[in-house]
Amino acid sequence: MRYLPKSPAERDRMLAEIGAASIADLFAVIPAEYRLERDLDVPRQQAESEIVSYFRAAGQKNATDYASFLGAGAYRHYRPVIIDSLVQRGEFLTSYTPYQAEITQGTLQAIFEFQTMIAELTGMDVANASMYDGSTGAAEAVMMAVRVTGRHRAVVAATVHPEYREVIATYAKHQRLPLTLVAYDRETGRVDLAALEASVTEETAAVLVQSPNFFGVIEDIPAIAAITHAKGALLIVSIAEAVSLGVVRPPVEADIVSMEAQSFGVALSYGGPFCGVIAAKEQYLRQMPGRLVGQTVDSNGYRGFVLTLSTREQHIRREKATSNICTNQALVALMATIFLTVYGKEGIRELAEHNLAKASYAAAALSGQPGAKLLFAGAPRFHEFVLQTAESPLLWSQRLMDEKIVGGLDLSRWYPELGNATLWCATEMVTREQIDAAAKVLAAGPLEA
Amino acid sequence: MTYPANYRYTREHEWISLDGNIGTIGITDYAQNSLGDIVYVDVPKVGDQVTANATFGSVESVKAVSDLFSPVTGTVTAINEELKSSPDKINEAPHDAWIVKVELADPAQFDALLDAAAYEAFIAEEQ
Repeated sequence: MRYLPKSPAERDRMLAEIGAASIADLFAVIPAEYRLERDLDVPRQQAESEIVSYFRAAGQKNATDYASFLGAGAYRHYRPVIIDSLVQRGEFLTSYTPYQAEITQGTLQAIFEFQTMIAELTGMDVANASMYDGSTGAAEAVMMAVRVTGRHRAVVAATVHPEYREVIATYAKHQRLPLTLVAYDRETGRVDLAALEASVTEETAAVLVQSPNFFGVIEDIPAIAAITHAKGALLIVSIAEAVSLGVVRPPVEADIVSMEAQSFGVALSYGGPFCGVIAAKEQYLRQMPGRLVGQTVDSNGYRGFVLTLSTREQHIRREKATSNICTNQALVALMATIFLTVYGKEGIRELAEHNLAKASYAAAALSGQPGAKLLFAGAPRFHEFVLQTAESPLLWSQRLMDEKIVGGLDLSRWYPELGNATLWCATEMVTREQIDAAAKVLAAGPLEA
Repeated sequence: MTYPANYRYTREHEWISLDGNIGTIGITDYAQNSLGDIVYVDVPKVGDQVTANATFGSVESVKAVSDLFSPVTGTVTAINEELKSSPDKINEAPHDAWIVKVELADPAQFDALLDAAAYEAFIAEEQ
């Protein structure tokens, strides 16, 4: 289909056809006071060379070469160049939903491999073709548990990413689903098991925890699962940092795992697109939202792939569909698939160990400075940690910025009870020199007035 | 296939037979034939309430998921466990492969349903 802008002659013909004298006539129903009576204030058209120059100059304003210790659900990892080379192929980049298996085997096979790798990593039986992101995936997992159990309440840990909790609350509000928040142990930064036990009842559909949690602390999944299952509720484990699965034991006791796969080769790009995924035990397969690709054989006996179990989805079952997700993050999931293929099993482990080592060094270096203290020090962690400082983060973060270092995330917005606390993340992308430089800034303390 | 004369039928293609005040419910040959290979049956739990003309579960075939409508109001007393592993029994013998048994709140509801002749006339019109 070619795109041809309409000419003035064509406009006149269309107006004549509908009996309008002018285009302005079409807007006559809009009261004059709401109509814009002048041209839009946009720059004149520019030559291609001018546009390229404009954007080059704008690009120069980007801050580059900063060390970043930000994490909290959006992680900076190295992206092998092969990812962008492959995902920009037209066969992947411009393809539509693979409804027609006979012309979309490549897309279907890539999704099938994504599902297979996610299921193996998370310790679940099946994984879907992907969700929008970790937050909507977590909310959909809660709704899935409601459908499975026929119960209508959910329990959410306060250590789940605060923005995930906001998304879950939005879903729950419109489903009139009561949510109970469970506090964390102030010593360990983990879910308070006694509080959890008191919150889970025979009416609880699901318990949702995150591990590693928002503080970077690894939750006691077997203990949480025992409490959850004792009341017949389902355990949902949300994973915001997929790379953690290289060293952290997969949450095999969970019934549903909801994961954000951004760490697997997806650029941060101002916050999106990300790539969620839901994985579950096989018995809950029919209540899973979203797409699922299956392996089969064609009429000649050759291996092939098809969308399967989609009879409950929107394009078939309309208003009675399992969920309101009607697509998947196919291209972003492909980035994750390529990433996992490039790294392989050993590579993911080495990457995770590298992150663990960097974070361990950073936690020691930073908490060793005057007035600084590592919170939840005794708990097992992955690559994030909470640092408490005598001085407000607002004050020292500017001194870090002067040294081209973006420091930890100020937690006071969500966890004011922790005082001057910041969440730091050290991936393989920060160097030992950068960690030492950050520690030096903290050691120097406030400048003399 | 013939439609048993002692059964009663709905316009949504369920059948029901009555023994005392216990109704046994399944889907008709016409229904299974329209759906194609049945791969999963979603049923209520024993003790659940069902309401006449309201959905009480669904049958999933390779083509579609279709709601099951209860012919009567009552309480579920049994579900056919065999359908969990062999939902294809419905395709093989639709008038024997029952889905749920229900204790009728009002046995008079049974008589208000279509008899075999009326149901056959109804599906002849649908085709």
